Amino acid sequence: MFDTTTLRLIWWALLGILFIAFALMDGFDFGVAALLRILGRDEQERHVLLQTIEPTWEGNQVWFVLAGGATFAAWPTLYATAFSGLYLALALVLLAFILRPVGFNFRDKVHDARWRAVWDSVLIFSGVVVMLISGVAFGNLFLGVPFRFDDDLRMTWQGSFFDLLHPYAILAGLVSVAMLLTHGACWVAYRADITIAQRAARIARWTALTYAITFVAAGIWLGYGIPGFAIAGPVTTDGVANPLFKQVTVGSSWFASYMLYPWFWAAPVMGLLGAIGVQWTVGKHSLTGFLCSSLMIVGTILAAGFALFPFLLPSSLDPRSSLTVWDASSSHGTLLLMLGAVIVFLPLIILYTSWVYRVMRGRVTLEDVQHSHNTY
Amino acid sequence: MIIDSDVVTLSRLQFALTALYHFLFVPLTLGLVWMLAIMESVYVMTGHEVWKRMVQFWGVLFGINFAMGVATGITMEFQFGMNWAYYAHYVGDVFGTPLAIEGLMAFFLESTLVGVFFMGWHRLSRVKHLLVTWFLALGTNFSALWILIANAWMQHPVGAKFNPQTMRMEVTNFSDVLFNPVAQAKFVHTVSAGYVVGSMFVLSISAWYLLRGRNVDFAKRSMTVAASFGLAAALSVVVLGDESGYAVSENQKMKMAAIEAMWETEPPPASFTLFGIPDVQNRTTHFALHVPWVMGVIGTRSLDTPIPGINNLVADTKGKITDGIQAYDALLTLRKNPGDAQAQSTLTKYDDDMGYALLLKRYVDDPRQATPDDIQKAADSTIPNVPVLFWAFRIMVACGLYFIALFAYSFWLASKRKLDSYRWYLRLALYSLPLPWLAAELGWIVAEYGRQPWAIEGILPTALGVSSLTAGQVWTSLGGFVFFYTALAVVDAVLMAKYARKGPDELGLWPVRDAKAPSGANTAGALS
Repeated sequence: MFDTTTLRLIWWALLGILFIAFALMDGFDFGVAALLRILGRDEQERHVLLQTIEPTWEGNQVWFVLAGGATFAAWPTLYATAFSGLYLALALVLLAFILRPVGFNFRDKVHDARWRAVWDSVLIFSGVVVMLISGVAFGNLFLGVPFRFDDDLRMTWQGSFFDLLHPYAILAGLVSVAMLLTHGACWVAYRADITIAQRAARIARWTALTYAITFVAAGIWLGYGIPGFAIAGPVTTDGVANPLFKQVTVGSSWFASYMLYPWFWAAPVMGLLGAIGVQWTVGKHSLTGFLCSSLMIVGTILAAGFALFPFLLPSSLDPRSSLTVWDASSSHGTLLLMLGAVIVFLPLIILYTSWVYRVMRGRVTLEDVQHSHNTY
Repeated sequence: MIIDSDVVTLSRLQFALTALYHFLFVPLTLGLVWMLAIMESVYVMTGHEVWKRMVQFWGVLFGINFAMGVATGITMEFQFGMNWAYYAHYVGDVFGTPLAIEGLMAFFLESTLVGVFFMGWHRLSRVKHLLVTWFLALGTNFSALWILIANAWMQHPVGAKFNPQTMRMEVTNFSDVLFNPVAQAKFVHTVSAGYVVGSMFVLSISAWYLLRGRNVDFAKRSMTVAASFGLAAALSVVVLGDESGYAVSENQKMKMAAIEAMWETEPPPASFTLFGIPDVQNRTTHFALHVPWVMGVIGTRSLDTPIPGINNLVADTKGKITDGIQAYDALLTLRKNPGDAQAQSTLTKYDDDMGYALLLKRYVDDPRQATPDDIQKAADSTIPNVPVLFWAFRIMVACGLYFIALFAYSFWLASKRKLDSYRWYLRLALYSLPLPWLAAELGWIVAEYGRQPWAIEGILPTALGVSSLTAGQVWTSLGGFVFFYTALAVVDAVLMAKYARKGPDELGLWPVRDAKAPSGANTAGALS
């Protein structure tokens, strides 16, 4: 029923879905954390902000863990190459993910302003680092990263952490920061006490504008300034999962797939419509505002994924070593088995996650935190 | 490809450190969560407020520990790619699946529900909250199941085959991976060890309250739960120990022989060496004190199956290395000429042993050029560190037997309602607190240090699994881990001690002043 080509396409889509889900669900947690001391002017306000995300951030971050695990299972070569190549960048992200859970839990365990200030900076650090580095990493995908395989498929990487800080990658990092700050601010506008919500709405308009400008700039730069990768010759979509079995040319356009499938343009348009929607609605109808910032995220990640297709991790050092959808996947059996697992468990995850959000629904007011009942 | 041995050493050190550190928190989560579920079930069935307060109080300590478990667990999920890239490439097709399913089935469940567990008391009915707690417990335990399925595959890789075109192991039969006998033994043994940790935690802290004369009724009830749950767990951990998994494969046999410091094969059933000084140089054990039959019976569950000694296993390994070289040669031939039918059939015949040829890469660049001396060295390298395994195992088992005695006595006292009668007993219970952690960590040292030199037994030597990193990069991350993990350990210990010392009385959870009042109303100041 599922041939190898179909399974690879499905898993490419699932990879996208997992990263989109992570950005949608945990993105606002990071945004709120990063804005903690900007939106929350005193301890009580910060308490409100944290209480909008405290019951659910832990589940949200599993999208990241799952994206990692699913990449390991379905795209093992990608997992191995990207994670070891981007070693120090990933170590920083990891640090953010290590400090965040303890930050949330330990912050209120000692009633002392300095203690809380320390954990607040930890939470802010984790928010900013993850937003920035994920954007920078995405930017680097278009530039290509410096790796090659030998005949044993052992990868070598020739570059340092600082090589990742190409101006284009930094621009991509800014897109990501602006996008997720908007998402966080929209969440606060939707869920926090109305005084804080209004403040958040003002910030969301500015960050949405910044997002729109940087996103368009990144698109134009990508189209005119950055050479695209393409598989040379006839493409085998159901061949052996060995990246060295193909040839790759560099110099075409990253928008080549957009020319081939014009409906791909819907993705960047969606991103921009989302940003415009945030401008219009965030102050008036906060739920719509939050949905608009979600649309923005979906559009942005799809736009990047479509442009890269079929590449997953292009290599600037040895283009032939680049990883694509057609040569970096697991075996047919593993892809099929994992698809089965996703079909069984993903609906359950959505079901109980929705239930938890429903149980914990409602605006968190300043009054609420004065009579806090939780034992967290 | 020359592998930097510093990178190997540093990466191994980092993995050992982060894994052992992670497992300071995991077993407590595994055990404590069931006790929360039991206490809350009693609350829902009897309606006695005290049981709810017990859930809330132990829940605070559970929460601190859970945060550390989550924080340190993420490291594990990503470290395979970061530091063990060739490993991740080579076995990701098999090994990645249980990790991904762990996320889908278990980690998602526990992480999503933990927030509601803490913050949903006022938003959920009693029964619904109880269900949340039970699913939280199931989630954490399923999580352990999938991780141990993955780990068991490293110890005993079944259901997979080498694919020369993709240069990796690929799944041939997933149900073999799933129902790996090593996985079953490991799962029961490991979660039971976690239950012992959780029980000891509750027992020790409650004993401290009784010594101080605080929270007496609260502490006695907690101890009763801990004593009964702990006794069952301590029995299970020893009786269903994972020795049964040791007989299934060559490396597991080597591990068992090393644990026993058993250099030569004995006539069955083999004896258990209660004490001795293993001498690695001369391959003998001095001052050995043997208990006849015990090892043969535990290790093989029979009276007539011999347990092979280290020297015999090394001799077998030499044969496997020779076979492995043929497979390796065929692989390189195939790479030059994919149509070579002769090479294809040679590879199919010997590919199970190809990993043994890869052991030679430590001594010679091309295994096909290996001298008999290299082969001898590679075969000898399959002997793990005998003295460490010998002692780690004995201390672990001694702890295990002690736990049975302590929990059995606690259970006896609880059923006689004499838990607070003997101060020496309460002190003993208090000072036993670190022992289950010691036993659990030693258990991992036996299992994983005893797996060396393999990452995947018989398939991929640990040294070949590393990423192409520089020693400087790994030093940087290792330094970061040491710094932040130490800082977090200190903060965690301080907070745990602070809240344990505060106790249910100072937190306003005990005594129950007005059973009708919404619980937590009087705790807002202390706990919010």
